[in-house]
Amino acid sequence: MTANKNLQDNLIRGETGDWEIVIGMEVHAQVLSESKLFSSAATAFGAEPNAQVSFVDAAMPGMLPVINKKCVEQAVRTGLGINAKINLHSVFDRKNYFYADLPSGYQISQFKDPIVGKGQIELDMPDGSTRTIGITRLHLEQDAGKSMHDQSPTESYIDLNRSGVALMEIVSEPDLRSSEEAGLYLKKLRTILRYLGTCDGNMDEGSMRADVNVSVRKPGDPLGTRCEIKNVNSMRFVVQAVEYEARRQIEIIEGGGVIKQETRLFDNAKGETRSMRSKEEAHDYRYFPDPDLLPLILDEAWVNHIKATLPELPDDRKNRYIKDFGLTSYDAGVLVAEKDTAVYFENAAKGREGKLAANWVMGELFGALNKENKTISESPVSADALGGLLDLIMNGTISGRTAKEVFEEMYASGKPAAKIVEEKGLQQVSDVGELEKAIDDVIAQNPDKVAEYRGGKDKLFGFFVGQVMKNTGGKANPGVVNDLLKKKLAG
Amino acid sequence: MSSLIELTLAQALDGLKTKKFTATELTQAYIKATEKCRSLNAYIVETPELALKQAKESDARYASGKALPMDGLPLGIKDLFCTDNVQTTAGSNILRGFKPQYESTVTAQLFRDGAVMLGKLNLDEFAMGSANITSAYGNVINPWSGSDPANAVRKLVPGGSSGGSAAAVAARCAIAATGTDTGGSIRQPAAFTGITGIKPTYGRCSRWGIVAYASSLDQAGPMTRDVRDAAIMLKSMAGYDPKDSTSVNRPVPNYLDALEGGIAGLRIGIPKEYRVDGMPAEVETLWQQGIKMLQDAGAEIVDISLPHTKYALATYYIVATAECSSNLARYDGVRFGQREAGKNLIEMYETTRAKGFGAEVRRRIMLGTYVLSAGYYDAYYLKGQKVRNAIARDFGQAFKQCDAILTPTAPSDAFAIGEKQDDPIKMWLNDVFTVPVNLAGLPAMSLPVGLSANKLPLGLQIIGRPFDESTVLGIGAALEAAAGFKALPPFHA
Repeated sequence: MTANKNLQDNLIRGETGDWEIVIGMEVHAQVLSESKLFSSAATAFGAEPNAQVSFVDAAMPGMLPVINKKCVEQAVRTGLGINAKINLHSVFDRKNYFYADLPSGYQISQFKDPIVGKGQIELDMPDGSTRTIGITRLHLEQDAGKSMHDQSPTESYIDLNRSGVALMEIVSEPDLRSSEEAGLYLKKLRTILRYLGTCDGNMDEGSMRADVNVSVRKPGDPLGTRCEIKNVNSMRFVVQAVEYEARRQIEIIEGGGVIKQETRLFDNAKGETRSMRSKEEAHDYRYFPDPDLLPLILDEAWVNHIKATLPELPDDRKNRYIKDFGLTSYDAGVLVAEKDTAVYFENAAKGREGKLAANWVMGELFGALNKENKTISESPVSADALGGLLDLIMNGTISGRTAKEVFEEMYASGKPAAKIVEEKGLQQVSDVGELEKAIDDVIAQNPDKVAEYRGGKDKLFGFFVGQVMKNTGGKANPGVVNDLLKKKLAG
Repeated sequence: MSSLIELTLAQALDGLKTKKFTATELTQAYIKATEKCRSLNAYIVETPELALKQAKESDARYASGKALPMDGLPLGIKDLFCTDNVQTTAGSNILRGFKPQYESTVTAQLFRDGAVMLGKLNLDEFAMGSANITSAYGNVINPWSGSDPANAVRKLVPGGSSGGSAAAVAARCAIAATGTDTGGSIRQPAAFTGITGIKPTYGRCSRWGIVAYASSLDQAGPMTRDVRDAAIMLKSMAGYDPKDSTSVNRPVPNYLDALEGGIAGLRIGIPKEYRVDGMPAEVETLWQQGIKMLQDAGAEIVDISLPHTKYALATYYIVATAECSSNLARYDGVRFGQREAGKNLIEMYETTRAKGFGAEVRRRIMLGTYVLSAGYYDAYYLKGQKVRNAIARDFGQAFKQCDAILTPTAPSDAFAIGEKQDDPIKMWLNDVFTVPVNLAGLPAMSLPVGLSANKLPLGLQIIGRPFDESTVLGIGAALEAAAGFKALPPFHA
């Protein structure tokens, strides 16, 4: 590969100049609901094959779909969460194609009139800035079943547990400009869905999948021909797929070729994309309004009620952290990315110094958890316990350095900070009399150094502090020591 | 005992209530009748054991004074209704041997009300046809043969698609039957066999558990000896069903009340567009007689116009085929019904569907696939929807001037098996008067009013406002009384 990437401006350096990547995403997010979009069968992950299939899901003769109100509510909630227009009138269409895991021979989806229209999502960039990505639409549709071709040499097996499960297809504008942005977009969308409780966002269980549309162009040129990479099922793969696909397209164009519009597959193992079908081979889905379902008419008051009961969303929470806790945009963004982390942070920070709490959560706590691959909800140190430690730092009982030692012990034993400090006698010495005595001893033991210091060698101040700390077993309050030492050395 | 099958449904109910005979006796009489009528090929499956079991339960209810509205009445069920653990084929090879593990809402309601099932009635394959000659289980024979001696040999069609239902009721091997009507499939066979059939307003009867042909048009209804029987049976069949999203939540009135009180002052619309080219003079004459009968009964006759009528047939064959092309995609050999072997999935689909579906079904699936395909959707399907709306508006306008509309049911009397089979369009023309009603979702009834020169029944159609089955039935009762149609088919049990 000759093309190199410039991290500053997101452009790829090719042989003929700079290239810009243009990315749009179609994310399929499984709606969190007890039952399927048009049947009462359960949706829980991991059930025995074909254990969660109703007559409707199996498309038995004469069966009819009935819309699940909960799924509609979840779609509306999601629409509101991405600042989108809610369409009070929407229509379910049939998308017709034959496949063994599509029992009715059509997928019920929304084509011309989706339930949610234009919206937007803010990306939190690593430099603390934000980027607004447009959302084209969100629509509800059914998932298909699962075909298993590896169970027998001569037969395919079909599991219809997923058949009829509600999906939200969330389509972005072609506003993304790098693989990193594509990854950030998917991550932010997942954060929003999890805050809203409308999708669990578990990509490894298939709850979220992305179709990624990639094209390249010279900056300022019109959009290039795009290729759609189907069913990419992790954040990492999205980044890899975009990287590979953009470079592939640049090489073709720079080699004098043209990009054919086509659907491609991402090969997880090889990290490359492969042609699946060309535009000419594309299905004619013969969309038409499903005559078994009336248009979906929403009551505006109902939509407003959902709006009024939305939880605090990540962007609002981030802004609040910046305002109330004095955090940087980046730190606030990191803390709100997972709702569990945000809740933990707030509990630890409540009534304390926000900045201090943020540093401890993102520093010691994340470090310890990452080492053991644990999530914050599995943390052996609770938010209250960490708060207890912060209290001891803030009231001067222990120094920051000691606190790290205490934290390690807390993490290992689960004991409260105060107890560890007491048991180990780690309290800071702030008593002036006691510290004066220690300082007097150091001055008495080092007459030469005192003379040098008084002769103008200021750098020696650190030496005296170190000696005092050493003699007090590191428990001396450094602030008090500084003040006293300055006075004493001044003579 | 043989006299029991002469009773109408209403008369039989009276007899059962007054203990003149038992449900078991009535059912046994009909089981004998079905055996006697087998040459008509009206039943695909007979269920005498089930019928006798149901009749016994019915007798127990009569004995304990807890009789139900349809208790002990032996019905035939069109084989488009899924019946729990009883083979349901839709007249197709592709569903041969298919036994649903569920009961359609309409049949469940009939059984809830005490009805007895004699068996599953033959029909055009997937309800696609107007002569009951497309069934994979053979043609149904019309019990009427008319005065033309040639008909004794060549046999007449009973109409379709509910041909088995019509033949069974006309020949008295069911006291009444369920039918379904997508473009005339209750009314046209009712007219061809001299019985009464009503297609209710779209949304009045649940479609849940009925094998779908064209979802936006399909509607179930009763096929009976007379108007009173239709009123009783419709009451049991109708009603809101939360399992059918297109079912309408409106109370079902007591239709028997509608039969009293006459029709004085009602305005009956006569659409000028229903005088079509090539319609036999005797159909026009019958229509005029019907008009006169209603006038004599005190109705006011109003000339109306339904200007988009001439587009109805074309529109129907776009809408219905588009929907069926999608509805029938589920018959793929994967989960139920017949499967033909293939080297791979595509070949399995192709052979299964090629062998499983008959010619007419394949024709309509291909036509529907075409009208929905990219580049043709706007010209056909979308245009069809617009014309459909225009047709519905025509009726809306007309009902400002009148309370109901009277038309012939079909442009001819029953024809012979083999006739009109060379050209599908000729066959489709049978539905020219019935199809607009489905497109507009209105209730309409056919009842026998006279005989043709060939001594075959002719029917007239009464079309009503949405959900105004009562007025349709009321006018039907008046017309029935005036027409005094008592003729019996030459062949009957």
